Amino acid sequence: MSATTLVSATTLAALHPGDTATIISIHAEEALHLRLLALGFRTGKRIEMIRKASFSGPLQVRIGTTDIMLRRIEAAKIKVLKS
Amino acid sequence: MKRIALLGMPNTGKSTLFNRMTGGAARVGNWPGITVELLSGKILLGGDMVEIIDLPGIYDLHGFSDDEQVVRHFLHDNVPELALVILNTTQIERQMSLLLQLKQLNINFVVMLNMADEAKKFGITVDVAKMSALLELPIFLLSAKYGSGYPEALQAITRALRYPTPGMAEHLRNQLEQDEHIEAEMARVLKHTVQVPARLSDQLTEKLDNVLLHPWLGLPIFFAVMYLLFQGIFIFGQPLQTGISAAFSWLRETALVPLLAGLPHAVQGLLLDGIYNGVATVAAFVPIIVLFFLFMAMVEDSGYLSRAAFLMDALMARLGLDGRGFVMLLMGFGCNVPALMGTRVMRSRAMRLLTMLVIPFSLCSARLQVFIFFTAALFSARAAPVVLFSLYLFSFATAIITALIFKNRFRNTEPFVLELPPYRFPTFRQMVLRGWVEVHHFLRRATKYIVAGVVMVWLLTHLPLSAVPAGHDTFAGMIGGALQPFFAPIGINEQLTIALIFGFIAKEIVIGALAVIYGLSGAALSGALGHQLDWVQAYSFMLFTLLYTPCLATVATLQSESKQTRFTLLSLGWSLGLAWLVSFAFYQGARALGY
Repeated sequence: MSATTLVSATTLAALHPGDTATIISIHAEEALHLRLLALGFRTGKRIEMIRKASFSGPLQVRIGTTDIMLRRIEAAKIKVLKS
Repeated sequence: MKRIALLGMPNTGKSTLFNRMTGGAARVGNWPGITVELLSGKILLGGDMVEIIDLPGIYDLHGFSDDEQVVRHFLHDNVPELALVILNTTQIERQMSLLLQLKQLNINFVVMLNMADEAKKFGITVDVAKMSALLELPIFLLSAKYGSGYPEALQAITRALRYPTPGMAEHLRNQLEQDEHIEAEMARVLKHTVQVPARLSDQLTEKLDNVLLHPWLGLPIFFAVMYLLFQGIFIFGQPLQTGISAAFSWLRETALVPLLAGLPHAVQGLLLDGIYNGVATVAAFVPIIVLFFLFMAMVEDSGYLSRAAFLMDALMARLGLDGRGFVMLLMGFGCNVPALMGTRVMRSRAMRLLTMLVIPFSLCSARLQVFIFFTAALFSARAAPVVLFSLYLFSFATAIITALIFKNRFRNTEPFVLELPPYRFPTFRQMVLRGWVEVHHFLRRATKYIVAGVVMVWLLTHLPLSAVPAGHDTFAGMIGGALQPFFAPIGINEQLTIALIFGFIAKEIVIGALAVIYGLSGAALSGALGHQLDWVQAYSFMLFTLLYTPCLATVATLQSESKQTRFTLLSLGWSLGLAWLVSFAFYQGARALGY
C-alpha cells in the first residue's frame, strides 16, 4: 500500500458533499451488512456524497443510479478511498 | 384455489400492480407460519378463481429484517402455484440479484420488469427476449402505473398457472446460500442484455432535491407542506363530517324515531342513543380517513415521505424514532386514528409500536373543540390563545417524554438505511384505491369496538331506569362519586368526571354530555361552568382531557394495528397515569402558589 492511499483512506461519514470515493471495506454487523449489500454497497464500487442533513442528520449518497440515505453512525462503518 | 405470490424489492410498484390486478378488492388475512397479516385478493383468471397475495417488499432473501423473515416463512409454509417477481427496470443492475435468489427456489415464475415508462425516460434498454432465454424465465416489460404491457403479462400468468409447481421450497436456506454464484451469474446476464448510460441522474429529481432538501429551506418548506396537508384535510373533511352527522340525525328524526315509537322508552333509548349513535360515530370518521389516505398516498407515492424522513431524522433519532414518525405525529393533530394506521409504512415493529405509543398525545381536532369551549368560558379573550398554545406545547412535550421513557423498551434494531426514490407523479386511480382499502379496513375493525363502547356508556348513564339520565343515581354517577378520591386532588368535580367517562368514547361528545349533566346548553352552560369552576380547575380538566385516552376509535385502532392486548393496555394505562400526574402537579402546584 503506498503512502498516498493511507492519507486519503477515510470513512464515508467524513466525505463532503460533491466528493466521490471508492468503497474499500464495510465493517458492519450482519443485518446492516446484508442491507447495504442489497442496496448496492460493495467493495470497489464508486460512491458519491450528495448532501448531509443539518443538525448531524442523515447523509444522502449515490451508488450507480440509486440514491440512498443513511445515518452518520452507519456511514462511519464504511471505509472509502477518496478520489 | 391456486395462489399467486407477488415478490419484489421495495419501491418497485408491487402494490400498484397488486391494486391493478385486484381492483382494490383486497382483504387482510392470516397465513400459516407468519404472525403478520398480508393483503390478498381473489380474481377470475382463465376461468378459475385465483388468490393473489401481496408479500412485503424485500431486498434480500437471506436478509434478517422483519419483512425478509416474513417472506421466507411464507414461502416455506405456503408454496404458491406461481410467483410473480416484480423488478424496477430503472434499477435492474441491483435488483437482478433478488430474482436469481428466488429462481433457485425452483417454483413457477413470471417476471415483470416494471416502470418501463421511467426506464425509457432514462434511456435504459432491455433485450427482453434475450434475457428470457438466458434466465429461462418468462419476462415482460410493463408499466403497472399506466397499464402498458399489462394485458400480455396477464395472459402469460394465466398460461403459467396451467403447469404444476415443479418444486417445494424445502431446503430453502441451503439452496440460497450461494452468493458468489449469484454474483457471477448476475454479471453475465446483465453484461449481455442491459445497456445503462454511464451516469444517469434524473435532472428534475436533482433540482427538486436541491430546493426541498436545502440545508436552510428544507425544514421550513417541510412544515409548510405539512401545514397545507393538515389544512386540506381539515377544510375538506370538516364539512363532509358535518354533512354525514346531519344525514344521520335526519334519518333518525324522520325515519327511526317514528318507526320505533311503539317500543318501550328504554329500548328506544338503547337502540337510538346507544347503537345508532355508535354507528354514526364510526361513520363520521370515514371522510377524514379517506382524505388522510388520499393525501398520504400522494406524499408517499411522490417520494416526499422519504425526504421528510431525511429532514426530521436528526431530531427523531434521538427519541428512538425516525423521520417518518414525525410526519405521523403531525398528522395526529388532525385525527389520531388514520395517523396510527399510517405507521404501517414503518418496517420495524419496535419502532412502529413506539410511534403508536406517542401519537395519542397529538392534540386532535376533537379535543380542540373541548378546549375552545372551555377557554371561551373561563378565560379572557386575550388569554385564550395563549392557553390554547400552551396545550399544544404540553402535547408535544408529553409525546417527547413518552418516546424518551419507552425508547429502550421498544429498541429499534433495524439500521436506518433507506432508498430515496426519484420523484414521481402519483396517479389518481392509485390514490383512490388506497383510500378505499383503508376505509374498508377501518370499518371492519373499528365498528364492533366502537358500537360496543357506546352501548356500554349508554347503559352506565341510563341504568337504573328510575334515575335521571347521566345524573347522580345512575351507574355512571356512582362511578363518578366513587372516583372522587382520585379526581378531587386534581380539581375535577363529580359532573366533570361523568363527562370524562363520556369523553372515553369520543371527545366530540364531552360538551354535549356536560349539557345533559347540567341540563343547560350553549351560553348558559358556559356561564354555569364559569361560575362553578375557577381557571385552575378548568386548566387541570383540559390537561387531563388532552392526555388521557383520546377516544374509543383510537383504542380500537391501537388494538387492531398492534394485535397485542398488552400493548393497548400499556398505551391506555400510560396515558391515564400521565394525565393524572400532570394534572396533579399542575393543580396542586398552582394552589400551593396561591392561585
